[in-house]
Amino acid sequence: MITVINIKIGNIASVSRALTYLNIPHVVANDPKVVSRAEKLIFPGVGNFFEAVTRLKSSGLDEVLKKRVLQDKVPILGICLGMQLFATYGEEGGGCEGLNFIRGNIVYHRAKQQGLRLPHIGWNNVRTDGLKIFDAIPDDTCFYFVHSYEIVPSEAVKAAYSNYGVDFVAAVQKDHIIGVQFHPEKSQEGGLRLLKNFCEEKF
Amino acid sequence: MLRYRVIPLVLLDGYSVVKTIQFDIRRNQGNPIVVSRIYNSRNVDELILLDIDASKENRGIDLHTVEAVASECFMPLTVGGGLKTCEEISRTLEAGADKVSLNSVIFDNPEFVREAVSVFGSQCIVASIDIKRSKDSTYLLYSHANKPITFTLDEYLKFLIDSKVGEILLNSVDLDGKMCGYDYELIEYVSSSTDIPIIAAGGAACPSDCSKAVKAGASAVAAASIFHFTSHTPQLCKQAMFEEGIPVRL
Repeated sequence: MITVINIKIGNIASVSRALTYLNIPHVVANDPKVVSRAEKLIFPGVGNFFEAVTRLKSSGLDEVLKKRVLQDKVPILGICLGMQLFATYGEEGGGCEGLNFIRGNIVYHRAKQQGLRLPHIGWNNVRTDGLKIFDAIPDDTCFYFVHSYEIVPSEAVKAAYSNYGVDFVAAVQKDHIIGVQFHPEKSQEGGLRLLKNFCEEKF
Repeated sequence: MLRYRVIPLVLLDGYSVVKTIQFDIRRNQGNPIVVSRIYNSRNVDELILLDIDASKENRGIDLHTVEAVASECFMPLTVGGGLKTCEEISRTLEAGADKVSLNSVIFDNPEFVREAVSVFGSQCIVASIDIKRSKDSTYLLYSHANKPITFTLDEYLKFLIDSKVGEILLNSVDLDGKMCGYDYELIEYVSSSTDIPIIAAGGAACPSDCSKAVKAGASAVAAASIFHFTSHTPQLCKQAMFEEGIPVRL
């Protein structure tokens, strides 16, 4: 079963509703026991990095996720903050360590140095660069973003980019670990297709 | 490239969609779920749903309505109306909102904005500001709940910047429902005072008003009357903006 992780600060309902609309059976869980049985994981996120890490630790979900994803190779799709939590370290909220699935840091978006407004909110086109998660989605499709921080990977990973003052990582893939900075559940047709790809294809 | 957004505003009086003129005279526009369904089918960029009576009546926005609207929309949904605690924000997000708009509560309890930002992140918190010009044209903050306001606009903007809110929904009370264009001076004044993205609202009558608001500094334009009472659709507005060289999602 596809399991949507709920740490009570994400927009769980939106993701769950999109999956329901796509007729994809799933459960929403914050119980580590349920998460430990997941066949695929979706980790949605709206929230603060530090707060999210605190909640992951206090619920014991951090250890379960590390085991399921790193040892058991369960495919995981992180959305926005969910993706950012895959990084080694995040600056937001004072700075703390993430799950370290993907070596890299979450930094304040470099668009700030270009004098652009943050958060980066709205629809932006993504150069899909052949990532499997974008199968059947045209290159340069617009997705909905809302974030002030970005991932800067420090290891070789597949990535798709968008531009806001600078090219930044809009989607990242390291084997079965996939993250998107935008919100597929809020990106109309292209976004729904991406969720369907993750749920139905093999990663 | 980031696109400029055109956002329909859906205002509720509890259960029905209403459209006000200068925050006063009202016209009933029907069922919010039906209205939202139409906007979703028109592939709009985003939707803002506000219960304009919630704070005044000391209640929250009806979460069943939020849930019903959210299940119809696969686009970003901002919800506001009477939100006073993190618990209420949490429930609103669980009902399907992506962002929440805070207004009256900020006057009552300014510290709450910071708390909300620290828990939910800047990107989740929209500060809604209503501005009414005084006789000498000074910008005055307006309270829905007729509460006394101690902030000037400048102080308030500084406070919101310090509190790290994600967006500002800037509404002109004087032009609300008047359909004679946005208050471009106001948009320019506020957008040049802050780096926070501004959603302009109040007064749009035709697609070129949207372009003018963007040129005045808005990152997004919100409107209600133009979509309720004219044949202009969000798509037509974006088409007009595109023709003026403004990047939009068509």
